[in-house]
Amino acid sequence: MTKLTTTRDAVAQFVRDGDRVSAACGLEARIPFSAGHEIIRQGKRDLTLLGPISDTLYDQLIGAGCVRAVEAAWIGNVGAGLGHNFRRAAEATPPQIAITDYSNLTYATGVRAAAEGVPFGVTRSVAGSSMAAQTTAFRELDDPFTGERVMAVRAIPVDVAIVVAQRADENGNAHIWGNLGTTIDSVRAAERVILIAEELVSRDVIRSEPNRTLVPGFLVNAVVIEPGAAHPSPVDGYEERDHAAFDAYHRATRTADGWVAWRREWIDDVPDRRAYLRKLGR
Amino acid sequence: MSARTLMVVAAARQIRDGEVVFAGMRLPLLGFAVAKATHAPNAVGLFENGLIREMPASGMVVTMGDTPNQRNATAATTLIDVMGMLQHGRVDVGFLGGAEVDARGNLNTTKVGNTRLPGSGGGSDIAAHAKRCVFIMEHERRRFVERTSYITSRPRDSVTLITTLGVFALGAGAAPRAISLHPGVTSKQVREETGFGLDFSAAEVTPEPNDLELAAIRAADPTGFWTSGSQ
Repeated sequence: MTKLTTTRDAVAQFVRDGDRVSAACGLEARIPFSAGHEIIRQGKRDLTLLGPISDTLYDQLIGAGCVRAVEAAWIGNVGAGLGHNFRRAAEATPPQIAITDYSNLTYATGVRAAAEGVPFGVTRSVAGSSMAAQTTAFRELDDPFTGERVMAVRAIPVDVAIVVAQRADENGNAHIWGNLGTTIDSVRAAERVILIAEELVSRDVIRSEPNRTLVPGFLVNAVVIEPGAAHPSPVDGYEERDHAAFDAYHRATRTADGWVAWRREWIDDVPDRRAYLRKLGR
Repeated sequence: MSARTLMVVAAARQIRDGEVVFAGMRLPLLGFAVAKATHAPNAVGLFENGLIREMPASGMVVTMGDTPNQRNATAATTLIDVMGMLQHGRVDVGFLGGAEVDARGNLNTTKVGNTRLPGSGGGSDIAAHAKRCVFIMEHERRRFVERTSYITSRPRDSVTLITTLGVFALGAGAAPRAISLHPGVTSKQVREETGFGLDFSAAEVTPEPNDLELAAIRAADPTGFWTSGSQ
């Protein structure tokens, strides 16, 4: 069965107002910027963004007013440091977004629990840190076997995961390589999955290397073949990180007006990823 | 000699041969490359995005996900796999940076006053589980405080703090002390830039890099992007 569709239709059908959205599985790599920009163009609202790290995409979704809450380990611009929209939203009185701070490992532990359908995971991280005071996410408890104190991390459910892969078949079976971050668990935790691939391949190619099939198609709702979907983030084997684009974004969005102008130029006035790549001179 | 060059070499010297290292980004990553090229050829680098490297990246790396950091990796796996190994206790030394550090070695990368910062990333996990922690920071009074208002990362043991002015020991119940000051730096200058007391009684001068280390820095940072300049 083919699940091939466009980013526009996939976002319209599978990303809903109020969703808990994972679009950050690869940390600095394979970030679904094209789908994020489409979410902004379609004016989705009240989203909860799930970490661990999504370089500047979450800063953009926050700036566009799509976001109610963030549950992540790191929000900013990895090359340049701070994310200006995130800061403006967090520092506003009252704050425009609710933030739950995780560390990378505790986030991964929570999404692993959701992937496995259990209520919480267990870690030794964050004890004694200020993050541990967030009792909606963390509770210390006794190891029932030894009595030792350990930290429970509540399962982090995912409504929709948006994942960039190197190649996929039309059913969404996907080969991914390079660093994986939380990709495997985020897909398994999600109620819906949008799979965006650089390349469409046959089932035979997928089955030639089943160890590389990290997303099984039966979990996938929509498949989009969209080269360059992750720009300016890197895709191992296909795309280098465009450092200059991240730096330019950082400079352009120092002020709220600067962000509005950037958004108009790079999101609102660009109908789709093909037009975006043309604008980049490709 | 830029302070950053001294910091990179001081970082490299924290890595012993055969050790497993969380080298993060920027200066520590250069320190890892210098250590590998000089006294620690068998060190192994772990990256929280899922990479394991036994050879330093060739080419400019801004984030750990950049393709030069993926190329020639020994293994590419998941976050929970690599950080699980960290939690298991398999990491000897972890490098961190932050906005604020206090006399006990606590690190704040989350919020200072009303200023919201990016957050922990893997920092809190590295501090909690690495056998030794090394912090690398600009030495400014506003960053070196008696107590951080927010504890993002609480180290499990003592901390070596490498700054633009010197190398210091923090945490683990002992009073903070200066291990060495960079050439030309005075204790008065350090006191003015530090919000907590320091014991200078055993402070030495940070050794200058040797020719091998300088050659390794030039190879790892050919344009001087990270190590040139007055800082």
